[in-house]
Amino acid sequence: MITPTHYLLLSMALFTIGLAGVMTRRNIIIVFMSIELMLNAVNINLVAYSAQVQNLVGQVFAIFVIAVAAAEAAVGLGILLAFYRNKETVNIDEINLMKW
Amino acid sequence: MAEAIAFYVLAACILGFAVLVVTAKNPVHSVVFLVLDFLCVAALYVTLGAEFVAAIQVLVYAGGIVVLYLFVVMLVNVKRPPEAFRAGGRHAMLGLALAGAVLVEAAAIAVWSRLSPAAPASAAQSLPVSGNTEQVGWLLYTSYLVPFEVASMLLLVAMVGAIVLARKES
Amino acid sequence: MVELVLIPLLKIIVVLNATLLGVTYMVLLERKVIAWAQSRLGPMRVGPYGVLQPVADAMKLMLKEDITPARADKWVFTLAPILSMVPALVVYAVIPFGDQVHLFGRQISLYITDINVGLLYVVSVTSVGVYGIILAGYSSNSKWPLLASLRASAQLISYEIAITLTLVSVVLMSGTLSMVGIVTSQASQGVWYAFIQPTAFIIFFIGGLAETNRAPFDLPEAEQELTGGFHTEYSGMRFALFFLAEYANIIVVSSVATTLFLGGWLRPFPNVEFLSFLGVVPGWCWFLLKSFVFLYLFIWVRATLPRYRYDQLMRLGWKVLIPLAIANLILTAIVKVALA
Repeated sequence: MITPTHYLLLSMALFTIGLAGVMTRRNIIIVFMSIELMLNAVNINLVAYSAQVQNLVGQVFAIFVIAVAAAEAAVGLGILLAFYRNKETVNIDEINLMKW
Repeated sequence: MAEAIAFYVLAACILGFAVLVVTAKNPVHSVVFLVLDFLCVAALYVTLGAEFVAAIQVLVYAGGIVVLYLFVVMLVNVKRPPEAFRAGGRHAMLGLALAGAVLVEAAAIAVWSRLSPAAPASAAQSLPVSGNTEQVGWLLYTSYLVPFEVASMLLLVAMVGAIVLARKES
Repeated sequence: MVELVLIPLLKIIVVLNATLLGVTYMVLLERKVIAWAQSRLGPMRVGPYGVLQPVADAMKLMLKEDITPARADKWVFTLAPILSMVPALVVYAVIPFGDQVHLFGRQISLYITDINVGLLYVVSVTSVGVYGIILAGYSSNSKWPLLASLRASAQLISYEIAITLTLVSVVLMSGTLSMVGIVTSQASQGVWYAFIQPTAFIIFFIGGLAETNRAPFDLPEAEQELTGGFHTEYSGMRFALFFLAEYANIIVVSSVATTLFLGGWLRPFPNVEFLSFLGVVPGWCWFLLKSFVFLYLFIWVRATLPRYRYDQLMRLGWKVLIPLAIANLILTAIVKVALA
């Protein structure tokens, strides 16, 4: 029997993998992708609980999360391209112009 | 039984592909794994009876967002070999430790809250339409109309912003 | 057990084999029709009038050496043809070839499944097909495939928007996303949607040409410009997979267009009593006939029209088709509300 707890654990593990990616990788595109993994982990939770309590609001919010992820990807990658044109790098450690 | 098998297989695929996304040396490989991961997540949504979200997941995530990633990877990957994007040593260890700490913390909360399942079907909504797509649509256009419009504004702003950012200044 | 596993399995086997057979003969048909358009005979040597040519082609492609370029990204190079073939085949799961039939004392529906999000499923699965092309171009480590794949993906993404918008106006008419539901709503409204949504139909057809990389939008495979396009470096069976995927996609577009706009398995003028003698022809025959008309149109267009230039292609997509599709959608919504 698969309970929401299973989905919760799956989502936790996926979130942690995404977090580890954000923390360890230096390529900003992979950092973005790890963030997408984390958003997906949240979505799994929303949809799983929506199925459990028979209330579709969870799915509605999953759709909002996907919309926000699309916006985030578009703007994030736009910034990245603009940055890449100036500095020819996608390594976050080299993105330190604003560092004091 | 079938549900359990489907869950464990999909969960294993999701986590496995996620690990590969994070660890792949070549960003293009990461993108490929990300697509496969999203497809598995969509399959998981289908097992949960959320067909509409599953279709949107494939259409928007796998068919849209990740294509964008692939484009950008191919645009910025040309000049530097993939070896230049290795994970850093000491920072990586620290990051992994932090991620592990978050996992432990979340697991601890889950355990301490006794993993009590939420109230089952009692709270079922009654919507005037049947079918997953119709019900989600009904909610989106009635109770959640304002957030829906805000989301569309957000997408519009993001679109304009992305075009302005990515445009070459002449 | 029989209902749950055996019948769907048999249907899948039949549909997949029929599709692959259709694809191989589609290639022959194309060569023949183009040959006739150019006052040639086309393939004549293998079998009477060349009818066994597809068999010979298949043998040739299977026996050829399967080369992987030395500096290619090996497993992505192998994955790319699979990624373009699988979505093209998976779509057939929701396409209704006909209504119920009696076979061996059972009621059998002539579609593999009918799901609540059918049309959305078609759109989302086909949108995954673009990865095969992009990854093929990337992994070949060669400049022509890379250029072709960039062109192809820009083209596919641009035209996908227009196509999806036309599908939305069809869904507005039918009130359901289920493919079977769309056909039955055309039956109950007594009209094919091609007649009440002509703009959407034309945009869908043009977009379908672009989505399948067909002439006049075959820039990703322009032999004269790109030495063959994104599959330049492929040979043998992996090339064959790309080839099959392209033609399978054409059949997908034709069958989706038939389902959405030409009433699927319905006979012409489904509500005219006078023509009810047409009902003796079974529904799946009508479906195949309508799809065949589409396939023929695809070939005809290829034999007739010259290739677009890249900027013309983009202008047509973004400045003509998408605004037109949006206008059509808004108009449909207004009329629908006004009539309700």
